[in-house]
Amino acid sequence: MTGRITRKIRALAGLLMLAAPACAEPQPAPDGGVQSLVIGYLRRAENRTAISRLALPAENDGQAGAEAGLDDNNVAGEFLGQSFSLAAHRLKPGEDPAQALADLQAKGARFVVADLAAADLLKAADSAAGAGALLFNIGAADEALREDSCRANVIHVAPSRAMLADALTQYLLWKQWRKMLLVVGSHDADRLWAEALKRSAARFGGKIVEERMFADAGGARRADSGVALVQKQIPAFTQNAPAYDVMIAADESAVFADYLPYRSWDARPVAGSAGLVPTAWDPSYEQAGATQLQQRFERKFFRHMTALDMNGWEAARMIGEAAAHDAAGDVGAAKTYFLSKDFALAAFKGQKLTLRDWNLQLRQPVLLSDGRNVVSVSPQEGFMHQFSELDTLGLDRPETKCRFK
Amino acid sequence: MPFQVSRAAFALALMTAPALATDAFVSNEKGNTISVIDVESLLLKKTIAVGQRPRGMAVSPDQKTLYVALGDDDKIATIDTGSLTVTGDFDAGRDPERIELSPDGKTLYATNEDSNFLTFFNLETRERLGGARLGVEPEGLAVSPDGKVVVATTETTSMAHFVDADRRKILANVLVDARPRMAAFTPDGKEVWVTAEIGGTVCIIDAETRKIVDRVKFEVPGLRAENVQPVGVNISRDGKLAFVSLGPANRVAVVDVKTRQPIKYLLVGQRVWHAAFTPDGKYLLAANGLSNDVSVIDVAALKVVKSIQVGESPWELAIPGQAKP
Repeated sequence: MTGRITRKIRALAGLLMLAAPACAEPQPAPDGGVQSLVIGYLRRAENRTAISRLALPAENDGQAGAEAGLDDNNVAGEFLGQSFSLAAHRLKPGEDPAQALADLQAKGARFVVADLAAADLLKAADSAAGAGALLFNIGAADEALREDSCRANVIHVAPSRAMLADALTQYLLWKQWRKMLLVVGSHDADRLWAEALKRSAARFGGKIVEERMFADAGGARRADSGVALVQKQIPAFTQNAPAYDVMIAADESAVFADYLPYRSWDARPVAGSAGLVPTAWDPSYEQAGATQLQQRFERKFFRHMTALDMNGWEAARMIGEAAAHDAAGDVGAAKTYFLSKDFALAAFKGQKLTLRDWNLQLRQPVLLSDGRNVVSVSPQEGFMHQFSELDTLGLDRPETKCRFK
Repeated sequence: MPFQVSRAAFALALMTAPALATDAFVSNEKGNTISVIDVESLLLKKTIAVGQRPRGMAVSPDQKTLYVALGDDDKIATIDTGSLTVTGDFDAGRDPERIELSPDGKTLYATNEDSNFLTFFNLETRERLGGARLGVEPEGLAVSPDGKVVVATTETTSMAHFVDADRRKILANVLVDARPRMAAFTPDGKEVWVTAEIGGTVCIIDAETRKIVDRVKFEVPGLRAENVQPVGVNISRDGKLAFVSLGPANRVAVVDVKTRQPIKYLLVGQRVWHAAFTPDGKYLLAANGLSNDVSVIDVAALKVVKSIQVGESPWELAIPGQAKP
């Protein structure tokens, strides 16, 4: 689009335009030129998968969001004498994330948006390069990263499994769907997601009437014979359950959950990994001015904006906000700013996003999507909290096991 | 007979004269209509189908024409305030949101939300004169009383951009609190009040030094700070009171302009957006986006005295016969 070219021209014009910055906070570079900031983007080697081909992620899933956030930063940067660029690296299978982070740092990236699995994220954070960096976790929902294994140099933009589970469960209980049949996949991630859902049910007064495991037998997700086979398999699998109101699927590995709706033995709604899904973003969402961001993104990338894209956008915008408030000079200053009262991220979610000081998790509302529309946004009305209703989502300050070293 | 004809003509002239412009116009963002409220009786008088996503409105200095920004049609429609009919439209660039006129009525300013632009239109020829590039998602607009400066706010960039109205050049960019939605000059032209929806404040900018001199903060009893989201702001013509719409807090805050302190919170409808004073300054009418009504505030008593049902998702109000703050 022509906007990108003109933006570059405007970036040059920005140099001349702002002889006197109007607001006292951001200081122009000492030589009167543009302050440039390199943002790193480090992403996992493996591809995420999905049952529906409509849900298969684009090649630039996540990174496109960070690039869109960078564009927004750069528009502000024209007025403030700042410019942002992205240094992206995708790990090769088996590649050392610590070395990859060091390479990004050699390119000047101190702030690094990370779409990494939990183990790789910790490797990067604990490395020598990690010591001088601030990582923004956009791709790992693991509770452990925010609890026992929390790190002082990792900010969690992505909502945790407990936050997602609480967002969903609050709504289910508002619907008075108390009795839940939990179906769990056989992979580790599925079990962690199930743990979060169970904790949430216990926390808010739901009841898991039975838990069943759906073993991944290694079948093809989209075989030609799939429809006929699945149509026989799922009713049998869900038969003879105690009375329940809603079926909850814990299937992060995308093996079976999408097959549950319309095929379960009992006519009950499905939620969790299929049906009603808690998520950081949905391309159908248009509240709180979100349409503007959706359209901006679609014009640039010719596809819909996903939750991972939104996490990338938020990470990039956090760094942009730090720069605009003269707090991006070093990672310590940025962290201090993010934890201060001055930080408020406007992310089209109806209220400001702020950072939890006890584990560096971004406080945020969570959308509940049926795949076509946003059904609701949690926290639900009536779930009270003495400090912030957003803290009814996820592990709260008194519960946290995070102790920064 | 000739006498009777001229009397009829005289009566007709009276009926369409601007002196009778006592209607309030409400843009219904999702209804794609303009609700017309009779300001004397405070009753809904007419609903005008206008086009897709009407939001910002402005009235010509002679009070005869209402301009309506149609965001999804990329146009500005004109409505005759006498006959209450749509008389035409012109291209406005992508997604015009809010519009204002220069005091002489010759130039129309529009914020184009989707293209980071403040666009200037010559109203005689209805041609685009050019504009100024702003930050991301321009929205709020205010024209200084002397007409020399236009202030536009950008939601994602969180700035109030001061633009020279003659040269169409940016004079200053003031970083304000998160997601600024609306700007208003005090009647003496000395201050610009900018609402910050996510920041939860009103930033007060000195119009001369173009620096933030103070912030108005709100504490609504029984409500969480994050639900207090300042959007609209209207300053009374005597410059004493500012009325700040607090969106999902369902309140309009009354702020003492001199002390910069809120003195009262008025309970209105749901998701209150923008407001306008009646020409006599007696009432402030405020549009409630979720409850689809307009709250009528008695300015002297500081009380909500009435609610008027309008179209779907009312957003902005314009009332001919008054200078818009």
